[in-house]
Amino acid sequence: MSVYANPGTDGAVVSFKSRYEHYIGGQWVAPVKGQYFENPTPVTGQTFCEVGRGTAEDIEAALDAAHAAAPAWGKTPVAERAGIIQKIADRMEENLEMLAVAETWDNGKAVRETLNADIPLAIDHFRYFASAIRAQEGSLSQLDEDTVAYHYHEPLGVVGQIIPWNFPILMAVWKLAPALAAGNAIVLKPAEQTPASILVLAELIGDLLPAGVLNIVNGFGLEAGKPLASNKRIRKIAFTGETTTGRLIMQYASENIIPITLELGGKSPNIFFEDVMAQDDAYWDKAQEGFTMFALNQGEVCTCPSRALIQESIADPFLEAVVARAKAIKQGNPLDTDTMMGAQASNDQFEKIKSYLDIGRQEGAEVLLGGEPVDLGGELSGGFYIQPTIFKGDNSMRIFQEEIFGPVVSVATFKDYDDAMHIANDTLYGLGAGVWSRNGNTWYRAGREIQAGRVWVNNYHAYPAHSAFGGYKSSGIGRENHLMMLDHYQQTKNLLVSYSENKQGFF
Amino acid sequence: MAAQAETPATAEVTSASVLDARAEIEGERESRVGMTQQALDLLAKLRVLHGELMFHQSGGCCDGSSPMCFPTGDFKTGDADVLLGTFELPATDDLPAAELPFWMSREQFEYWKHTHLTLDVVDGRGSGFSVEAPEGKRFLIRSRLINSP
Repeated sequence: MSVYANPGTDGAVVSFKSRYEHYIGGQWVAPVKGQYFENPTPVTGQTFCEVGRGTAEDIEAALDAAHAAAPAWGKTPVAERAGIIQKIADRMEENLEMLAVAETWDNGKAVRETLNADIPLAIDHFRYFASAIRAQEGSLSQLDEDTVAYHYHEPLGVVGQIIPWNFPILMAVWKLAPALAAGNAIVLKPAEQTPASILVLAELIGDLLPAGVLNIVNGFGLEAGKPLASNKRIRKIAFTGETTTGRLIMQYASENIIPITLELGGKSPNIFFEDVMAQDDAYWDKAQEGFTMFALNQGEVCTCPSRALIQESIADPFLEAVVARAKAIKQGNPLDTDTMMGAQASNDQFEKIKSYLDIGRQEGAEVLLGGEPVDLGGELSGGFYIQPTIFKGDNSMRIFQEEIFGPVVSVATFKDYDDAMHIANDTLYGLGAGVWSRNGNTWYRAGREIQAGRVWVNNYHAYPAHSAFGGYKSSGIGRENHLMMLDHYQQTKNLLVSYSENKQGFF
Repeated sequence: MAAQAETPATAEVTSASVLDARAEIEGERESRVGMTQQALDLLAKLRVLHGELMFHQSGGCCDGSSPMCFPTGDFKTGDADVLLGTFELPATDDLPAAELPFWMSREQFEYWKHTHLTLDVVDGRGSGFSVEAPEGKRFLIRSRLINSP
């Protein structure tokens, strides 16, 4: 066990500046209107830095810088671009602890996750896209003896990216890596709940990129997000967040006729067939962990397995085992490496989760575990902590239909395969799902029948690069985490070439 | 069905509605949406800054399930949406009386229709492009079953 010192105190591996400006054109630039907003850590609720409150003027300045940088970056040899991206990954790896602690302080999540998941995944993601772009080829089609269609990949130019607060660095890197590899310049707006860790990353790696290729403007959605998303000077907008803002971004994109990628969340079913308990072995142990994954990142994951569907025949012993498993979750100081679950990211999130704990009870769901906020004492008393919570109810309840984005799982039972599929697909969303069975035929059929872009089979919450991630139904458009995302950041140029000297003969 | 009698620890859910929206769904007379005094006060301030306003209830990731407040017309509603109710905002010292519609996507309404919604406000850091974020506030929905008091 070890406990990292609070950032900025003796022995800390990271210190935040007291004030952050925007990162534009490779420089730190004060907001045009001179305004800043306070950034509290959810660990204690105390403000630890001020961050630039961007407005349309700042977005325009960032777009000026991006447009100045984009042509040369797009023409930089692929090997050179990939080399720079590899160097970004290397430098992040050399500073992994520093980034992990910064991320934990900004977001509230347990440092064992940032050390072992968020930051290592972000590093690997840069390496993956640096490799993928080297291996990408255009194509040619010989249409007849003298006619050839050549297809080239070209960068889009300048793109906008709006990042969520649940994995501030990792979600930014999911968008940055393919966009940079494909040769685009970027204006990125972090979430106002977690604006600082990405700026620590920019400080660390900024010198590796040509000025203006990466620009970061913080601020509120209305004041900075909207002028970016609705801007005529972006060639694409990427967003992760909720459905109303997703629709609004599509509306803006329709006005400018630009492509979008959207990741809008889910209400992921995690389905346990009766044979998971056929033996008391390592697999059954793994399945119990699979259930408990609802608490990973305090449940603030778009694919949180927040609906557990358990076959009726094993429901009682299954629940007895997993309630004990969830009860063993250690809550505490997020900077303690033994802590399994940290703080919710903000007060508003904390309040929203409480409102769902209330409606769950009103609808008659049975509380099997938790169901309350937690006061962890000392300086953590000001932070935003919720107990791991297990509800038992049925799929028509709102706690089964809405993404609570907290450490809350809603359990329902099913009779047979058909019943399981009916419940699993009775949702507006289709981002993730889990299927647990020792029978290959069962998990195969279920995996194919569930209307979701990512179905984990006999595992959950793994996010390796080169495994496509994205939604069906209202969960969004596009596939991240895979080289197919390069397509979303590239134009196709077709040269249709005639090698014939003879006219076509129409005129 | 045991839980109705258990009083939730979250005491603030009793936040009382001071203004009920006019019912808008055909064949319905009972209001589906109310708002607290805090919401009414914040809206008065926001109307001065942003003009007339509307709500669209969000779903999904991150700030999902939050009611999003936009200048009227900023968010395009259509056949995919349901108008749950219209608030008749009273005149204030600065502003005339006005109407404020509350929308939700039709598919989401199918899963929410058994609950009454109360628009409330908490301290927060905003959500999406909703207009209250710069005020350090966030609108929040509190819910109760439609046939419960």
